[in-house]
Amino acid sequence: MEENVLEGLECVYVKPDTLTDKYQHYCPGCGHGVVHKVLMEVIEELGIQDKTIGVAPVGCSVFAYNYMNVDMQEAAHGRASAVATGVKRVLPDKYVYSYQGDGDLAAIGTGETIHTVNRGENILMIFINNGIYGMTGGQMAPTSLPGQVTSTTPYGRDPKKIGYPLKITDLVANLPGAYYVTRQAVHTPNAVRKLKKAIKNSFEYQLLDRGTCFIEVVSNCPSGWKMTPVDTIKYLEEEMLPQYPLGDLKVPQNN
Amino acid sequence: MTKEIRLMKGNEALAEASIRAGLQAYFGYPITPQSEVLEYFAEQAPKRGFTVLQAESEVASINMVFGAAGAGARVMTSSSSPGISLMQEGLSYIAAGELPCLIVNVNRGGPGLGTIQPGQGDYFQSTKGGGHGDYHLIVLAPSSVQEMADFVFEGFKLAEKYRNPVMILTDGALGQMMEKVELPPEGSLPYVRPEWATTGKAATRERNIVTTLFIEPEVMEQVNIKLQKKYTEICEKEVRYETINCEDAEIVLCAYGLSARISQKAMDLAREGGIKAGIFRPITLYPYPYEILNKLAETADHFLDVEMNAGQMIEDVRLGVNGKKPVHFTGRMGGMIPDPEVIYQEIVKIVGKK
Repeated sequence: MEENVLEGLECVYVKPDTLTDKYQHYCPGCGHGVVHKVLMEVIEELGIQDKTIGVAPVGCSVFAYNYMNVDMQEAAHGRASAVATGVKRVLPDKYVYSYQGDGDLAAIGTGETIHTVNRGENILMIFINNGIYGMTGGQMAPTSLPGQVTSTTPYGRDPKKIGYPLKITDLVANLPGAYYVTRQAVHTPNAVRKLKKAIKNSFEYQLLDRGTCFIEVVSNCPSGWKMTPVDTIKYLEEEMLPQYPLGDLKVPQNN
Repeated sequence: MTKEIRLMKGNEALAEASIRAGLQAYFGYPITPQSEVLEYFAEQAPKRGFTVLQAESEVASINMVFGAAGAGARVMTSSSSPGISLMQEGLSYIAAGELPCLIVNVNRGGPGLGTIQPGQGDYFQSTKGGGHGDYHLIVLAPSSVQEMADFVFEGFKLAEKYRNPVMILTDGALGQMMEKVELPPEGSLPYVRPEWATTGKAATRERNIVTTLFIEPEVMEQVNIKLQKKYTEICEKEVRYETINCEDAEIVLCAYGLSARISQKAMDLAREGGIKAGIFRPITLYPYPYEILNKLAETADHFLDVEMNAGQMIEDVRLGVNGKKPVHFTGRMGGMIPDPEVIYQEIVKIVGKK
């Protein structure tokens, strides 16, 4: 912890050492920064920086390894959970997590996602769902809402023509390999606290070797949704959460 | 365990050699004619202490290899032609990330779903890149069950020395046929977990990152320059080939793998018929032995390229011979195997005497 250089002021907040000093490229108001922070706080609080390997996706969080001060691998688009499987299988005593967006995890990487959870890989999969492709400029995601206007659904997403929002978290919750599946968010301080608790639990569960922990984070995309950050919170609450209700989908059983 | 002589299928000899070479993890997907590799590992893994995982696809397999190699493990996968096509994206990433690993392609006839019979149609894909971007695999081409085993050791050594993916390019016949094989003792290939591996950031070092993303073109160009420098060094130091009866040869048969075995019979027929035939067999298909071909072009009158495809390696033979002498071709496609008698007739036609 750094010493307080401002005389007479009390230090009330310090960034965890597990976050680097690198300036983050995320847009103002984006949820990624918050998720990064609580994830890294958990790793610091558990004292597992030296035992943790993260896997970054392709998408907005492709540069996650610039911000997360842990050993990391950057996977091909959609393959983060396969890469994480490879890491965990050869380093079974280490903590392994993957971090993916909706296009990565629920479109191009659907096969890897389902099978990683079905094998019960003893890893934490973090899934950021903001219903849009942010990095490539606001195209439709598998989780985009019916009627949602994106750059590839300029007249709104018509489910009859291009499919329904893919509730992949509901799918993986049904797999016997899943140990803990929850849907959280980062739009309020209370939601952030709950997310942090879910992440902390998930790392602790890795010691038990009972299966995959899967956390969906319903998040926002001010640039992709073309809204102010404040308006995205309203949209998230009114449009996203009815489709993606928060809470645990599968809780650990004592067995 | 000491050296041992066994009668084995090529695929099984390769798998057994891999275990003896200190394999730590194998990720693969069933496909004929290489499924024995995965089956052999699945049976042996619990007894001999390594990881084996049947993945949901070849796409997943190669990305599991990426993860395990990035974590510093001695790791491999195997497949056959259509499955290797699915791995090309991952191979580009592995080459860009400079991750050592071994990939085995038990080549079958194509294109498309093709046939399960042996072929050599994947020469271009294996030696010229295959995936996107400027990269090369080191490619070893065994022509016997013994070499199927030996090249596993050679492959891991080269992969770890150069931090580069190595491919053993074999075919369905070599994978399925049984021959005598001498296997080296287990644990004879030393292993040290590399310092760059993602094993958890110790307080004593900076974090290790395995990435293939270099968004600034200036940096991406430097990564390419570094890769090309490595390939140049590989071309200077790691060229391997075999020549048979080339000293007095008027015609040199150019062939690798199974084609080279078949060409030996054709060479014998030619010699019996009074034609001085020799064999040039590249063992490394990348780096390619251009120099020796150029030297052979000083003494031989003709080159006959023999392949189980429409003529792919012939482009490299021509580059080696460099216009000094004519380069001819004979081959079969789509899983058919060349007949030594037909090759011999081709030799007679070219050299013009009997």
